[in-house]
Amino acid sequence: MDQFVAVKRSKDGQPVRYLVVDDSVFARKNLARMIETFGGQVAGEAGDGVTAISEYQRLKPDIVLMDITMPQMEGIEAAEKIVQQNPDARIVMVSSVGYQENIVAALQRGARHFVQKPVKPEVLYEVIKYVMGEDGTAAQAAGAGA
Amino acid sequence: MRMDLIQPFINAADAVLAQGLHSPTSVANLSMEEEAYRRKGVAALILVTGDIEGRIVIDLDPATAVRVAHGFAGTELPESDELVRETVCELANQVIGNAVTTLNDQGFNFRVHPPVLHTSEHGPKSSEDTEALVICFETDMGNVFLNIALRHNCSKPSEHAATVG
Repeated sequence: MDQFVAVKRSKDGQPVRYLVVDDSVFARKNLARMIETFGGQVAGEAGDGVTAISEYQRLKPDIVLMDITMPQMEGIEAAEKIVQQNPDARIVMVSSVGYQENIVAALQRGARHFVQKPVKPEVLYEVIKYVMGEDGTAAQAAGAGA
Repeated sequence: MRMDLIQPFINAADAVLAQGLHSPTSVANLSMEEEAYRRKGVAALILVTGDIEGRIVIDLDPATAVRVAHGFAGTELPESDELVRETVCELANQVIGNAVTTLNDQGFNFRVHPPVLHTSEHGPKSSEDTEALVICFETDMGNVFLNIALRHNCSKPSEHAATVG
């Protein structure tokens, strides 16, 4: 897998912390590997929307990568609840269903962006940089390849 | 069987496999199946209801599933039954989700149910109006089978929801 210029938090230069939410362990592990190549850190994982909400409150990650179809509570509803409690939450929906209705519903409920599966690392990397905005900085780490 | 219903699934499978495995895929074989579905390896079954109804099965032998998992992850993974099951279900999720996106954009309204592992050796027999089309995708990691039995349901009112993760 490609190595990217690390995206760090502007305020303290620390790795961006992610909460990865997907009912598929395989999908979570794949996203975790991509996050590593972005210089990020997986703060936690969740397999459903209810756990995602509690894990968000506990971990306060910089970014949430959220699947849509999950048991107990779907991703769009979980995103809405997280944003209601944490208006600054940065949530990126990651789903294989990418038709416009789904995307609009997610954005209307507080998600910042939408990435369709299968996830291309270079696409997710650009979305992460965009969503972090001025709170993130892509800086070449010593020894990291481009 | 209407090819306009089938083609999005073929395109989605081709795209998902090619991107995930970083190598081209080709359709090695395409046939109509009149007899009962016979499982080839580890299979995930997805039901579709609404304007379009029927089922789609994605079927891989376990060794191919492990190689596909490695290909999708871009690294070696510890082999396990769970890895194989997860791979097949996630592959089904991605293929069906991408096909659903295309069909939804064409105006079809339907509900796609989450994938379930198809564990029995045989599945339901095709019916006169819902023949099964079996497509074998040849990849560098082995063959991936897509078994599609769908029909356009003109009588059913729309259920405007598609639920694949």
